[in-house]
Amino acid sequence: MAIDMTPAAGVGAPTDLEARGLKAAKPWFTGNLLTALIGGAIGYAFGHWLGNAIASNYSVVASGAQNEVAIYLSLIIGCVGWFVGLGTFNYPIQKLLGLEPIDPPKSEKRTFLEHFSYSTDHKVVGVQYLFGMLLYFLVAGLLALGIRTELLSPVNHIWAPDTYIEIVGEHGTMMMMMMTSVIMGPFGNYLIPLMIGSKKMAFPRLEAASFWFTVPSFLILLSALWQGGFQSGWTGYAPLSIQGGPGQSDYDVAFALMGFSMICASINMVATIINYRAPGLRWSRMPILAWGMITVAFTMLLSVPVLIDGLYVMSLDRGVRTAMLYAGHGGSSFLWENLFWFFGHPEVYLLALPGFALTVELLPVFARKPVFALKTSTAGLIGVAVLSFFVWQHHLFMSGMNPDMRPLFMLTTELISIPTGFLYLVAMGTVWRGKIRFEVPMLFLLAVFWNFLWGGVTGVYNSDVPVDALVHGSFFVMAHFHFTIMGQLMFAVFAGVYYYTPLIFGIRLNDKLGKISFWIIFVAFNSTFLPLFMIGLLGQPRRVFEYAVRLQHLNQWVSISAYVLGFGILLYVINLIWSLAVTRTPAGPNPWESRGLEWQVGYPVPRDNFIKIPVVHRDPYGYGTGDDTPVADLNPVGDKAAVVTGGDA
Amino acid sequence: MAMTQEERNERREYAKKAGWKIFAIWLVLSIIAVALILYVWGPHMPPGDMTTSAASQQFDFKVLTAMVAPVLLMVWVYGGWSLINFHATKTDRGDGIPLRGNRKVQGLWYVGSAVLVLFLAGFGTYELINGNGVGTGEGPSPIWKPTAKHMLVVQVIAQQWRFTYRWPQFGGMETTSINLPANTTVQFDVTSLDVIHDFWAYQLGVKADANPDVNNVAYTTTSSQLGRFTVRCDELCGIWHGAMYNYGHVVSKSAFYSWASNMETKNASVTKLLPPFATTYTPSYSGAGGGYYPSYDPNGHAVTY
Repeated sequence: MAIDMTPAAGVGAPTDLEARGLKAAKPWFTGNLLTALIGGAIGYAFGHWLGNAIASNYSVVASGAQNEVAIYLSLIIGCVGWFVGLGTFNYPIQKLLGLEPIDPPKSEKRTFLEHFSYSTDHKVVGVQYLFGMLLYFLVAGLLALGIRTELLSPVNHIWAPDTYIEIVGEHGTMMMMMMTSVIMGPFGNYLIPLMIGSKKMAFPRLEAASFWFTVPSFLILLSALWQGGFQSGWTGYAPLSIQGGPGQSDYDVAFALMGFSMICASINMVATIINYRAPGLRWSRMPILAWGMITVAFTMLLSVPVLIDGLYVMSLDRGVRTAMLYAGHGGSSFLWENLFWFFGHPEVYLLALPGFALTVELLPVFARKPVFALKTSTAGLIGVAVLSFFVWQHHLFMSGMNPDMRPLFMLTTELISIPTGFLYLVAMGTVWRGKIRFEVPMLFLLAVFWNFLWGGVTGVYNSDVPVDALVHGSFFVMAHFHFTIMGQLMFAVFAGVYYYTPLIFGIRLNDKLGKISFWIIFVAFNSTFLPLFMIGLLGQPRRVFEYAVRLQHLNQWVSISAYVLGFGILLYVINLIWSLAVTRTPAGPNPWESRGLEWQVGYPVPRDNFIKIPVVHRDPYGYGTGDDTPVADLNPVGDKAAVVTGGDA
Repeated sequence: MAMTQEERNERREYAKKAGWKIFAIWLVLSIIAVALILYVWGPHMPPGDMTTSAASQQFDFKVLTAMVAPVLLMVWVYGGWSLINFHATKTDRGDGIPLRGNRKVQGLWYVGSAVLVLFLAGFGTYELINGNGVGTGEGPSPIWKPTAKHMLVVQVIAQQWRFTYRWPQFGGMETTSINLPANTTVQFDVTSLDVIHDFWAYQLGVKADANPDVNNVAYTTTSSQLGRFTVRCDELCGIWHGAMYNYGHVVSKSAFYSWASNMETKNASVTKLLPPFATTYTPSYSGAGGGYYPSYDPNGHAVTY
C-alpha cells in the first residue's frame, strides 16, 4: 500500500523549494465572511452593469420586461467576487506565477473566528457545515409553519395567494437543496478522515469551496422572497418557470450553486475514501458511514450535472428567449421534466441514503452488538443508489409522456424496496438479543425505523400506477416524502448531532432536555404527517391555499401539531446551544463506549488527527466478542507489511 | 472467534422459542387487520366507485393496504418484542451476543421481499392494462383503449386558472361546466393553452396532466351512480392554482342529451367564432390579445370525431 507512514505526510511546509526552482509565497490575504461579502457586492454591481450594457436594448426588455440577463450576470459574477473575497483564487494564481504557496502554521486549538474563514481544515469545515445546515434547516422550517398557518382555514387567508406560493416554493426548494449536504457536510467532512485513519481530506481546497458555495446559494434563494419569489415550487416546471420574475432567476442560480457545492464535496469524498484509507482498512472493514458517503458521492457526481444543465437551459429560455422548454416554439415542456427528475429522483436518495448510513453506523453502539449482515447493508446502499437512476419517470405517470413505459418504471420503482428493505433486515437483526441502551441518540434511531416504515410502505402506493392515479400530486405524496426525508434523514441527523457533540466539542448535551425534546418531536411529527395521508386521500392537492371545507378539522389538527413540532425542534436547538455555550458539561473521552476509530482518537482531536498513520486491525462493530483491544494501532512500529495484513477480519 | 456447540444450540433454542411467539402474535394481528381492511374499511376507501377507473383505483388501494398491513405489523411486533426483551438494565450494561449474520434468515428475507415486490409490480401492470389506463393520462396515442363502440369525447382545455370543455360530437361547442351521462364510456382529451396543469376529477378516478401543445387522453366508464364530482387542478400552475377547481355532474342519459343539445343551440353564435376543433391549440400573441383565436392554427392538430 503506497501510503507514506512518516509523521509529516501530507501536512506542513514543503521542503527543497530552491532545488525545484520555486519561490515560497505567503497567502496574499486570508479570506473570511466579511471580505467575501465585500467581494460579492462588487461583483454583483459589476455584473448588473454588464447585463444592462448587453441586454437593455433587447426588444422584450425595451418593452418593459425585467432584464433577466442583468440579474443572472449580477448573481453569477457576484458569486465569483464572493470567492475572490474568500481568497479561493490566491493559491491557483500563485501557482501560475511560479510561486509556491505556504500555509501559515496552524494553531493547535481551533479558534472561534477560524470558523468564519476560508479554512481548509476538515474539522473546521465540518463545524461550519453543522451550523450552516442547522440555520438553513431552521429557516426553511419556519417557512413550513407559514404554510400551515395559512391552511388553518380554507376561507380566511393570512397570505395573499402569491405570497403563499412563494413560501411553499421557498420551503421546498431550500429543504431539498440544502439538506442534501446535511450529513455529508458536517459528519462526512468531520468524521470520514477520522474513521478511515487519514490526516486530511484529499482535496482540502475543494472541501472549503463546497461549504462556501452553500452560503451564497442560501442567501440568493432567500433573497427571492423580496423579489416576488418564484411561483413554480421546487420542481420549477416549465413553462410556468419561464413566466416567473427575478425570483425565478434566483432559484436557477441558487440551485446551480448548491449543485456545484455537491459536486465539490462528492469528488473530495470519493477521492478521500478510495485513496486515503489507512493500512488495514480494507473495504470489508470500512465503517458503514464511509460506505454511505462514497455511494452518495458517486450518485451526486452522476446526477447533479444533469440538474445544472437543465438550469442552464432554463436560464437561456428566460434570459435570452430561446425556446427549448417552451412548447409551440420548437421546444418541449417534457424536456425540463425529464432533466429535472433525472436529477430529482436520485436526489431524494441523496437525502435518504446518508440517513440510512448514519443510522446503521450508530445502531450497534446502542444495541451493543455487531451490525447484522454488514455486507447486506452495503449492498442495500449501493442497490438503492444504482436503481435510483432508473425510476425518474414515476413522477410523470400522469403526464402523458411515454405512457407505455409505465409498467417498466413501476417495476424499477418497486424493485427499490428490496435494497431499502435491507435496512430493516439489518436493524432487526442487530437488535436481536442485544442490550439496548435507551440513550437519546438511540431514541432518535428507533424513531427513524418507525417513521421510515410509513414512508417506505406508502412509497409502494405511489409506485403503483392505478393507486398513483388517486394519490399523485395530493397531500398523500407530500406526507410520504416527509416521512422518508424528515422522519428518516432529519431524525438521523438529530441522533448524529447528539451523538457526536462529545467528539467535536467535548461537551455532552443535557439528557433530560434531550429526552423531552425527543418525545415532543417524535409525537408531534407523527401527529403532523399521519393525518396528511388521509387529507391527500380525501382529495386535497398539494400547494393549494383553498381546500374543501370538510377537511378543515384535519388541517387544523395538522397545523397545531406542526407548531408543537416546531417547538420541539426549538427545544433541541436550545439544548445544543445552551450546552455548548453555557453549561459546558465535559463528556469524557468515549461516553457511548463506541469501538469506532474516531472515538479512539477522542476529544480533543489533534490538529492533524493522527501523529502517525494508524494501522487498522478490524471493523469497528465487534461488540460482545469479549475482545476489547482497539480497532487500530495508533502508533504502529516494526515490519509494516506484517502488521497490515495481521489481525482478524 | 469460534462458537462452541453449546452456544450454538442455545441460540437456536432461544430463536425457536421466541420466534414462534412473535410469529403467533403477528399472525393473529395480521388476520384481524386484513379482515378489517377488506371488509370494514374496504368498501369506503377513496375514491369510491362512481366509474370503472375509480373502482379499479379503489380495488388496487384495497389490495395494497391488505398486503402492507402484515409488513407493518411484522416490524412493529418484532420491534416491540425486541425493545421489551433486549435492553440493558441498571445492573447489566454488558454487550449482546456477537451475532454477525444468519444465512437462513437473510436468504428468506431476500427471497420474501423479492417475491412480494415482483407480485406487486405484476399486479399493478395487469390492473393498468386491464383497466385501460385506469383513468390516467395516456398521451396522444394510447395503446390501452376501451372497446366500447360509442364513446363520448370531452376535450378538457386548461388555462391559468380555469377549465373549459369542448364537445366535438356536439358541433364543437365549448362550455364552462361539465355534465356526463351515466353508463357511458368517456374519452377525455386533455390539453393546455399555457403552462402544465392537471385535470383531476376525483370521484371519476381520472387524472391527466394538461400539457401545452400535447393531447393527453384518458378513459373511464361511468356507472349508474348519479351525482356531483369535483374537478381540481393537480399540478402547480401559478398563484391561483389553489382556486382552480369546479364541479361536474353525472346525470341520466336523457338529462345529459337534453342539456347538451340545449347548450349547443344556445352557444351556436359563439361556437362559430372558435377555431376548428383540434387536439391542441396554440394561442397566438396577436389572436388572443383581447380578440378571438385565429381561424388557422399552424400547431393545432385538427380532427373530427
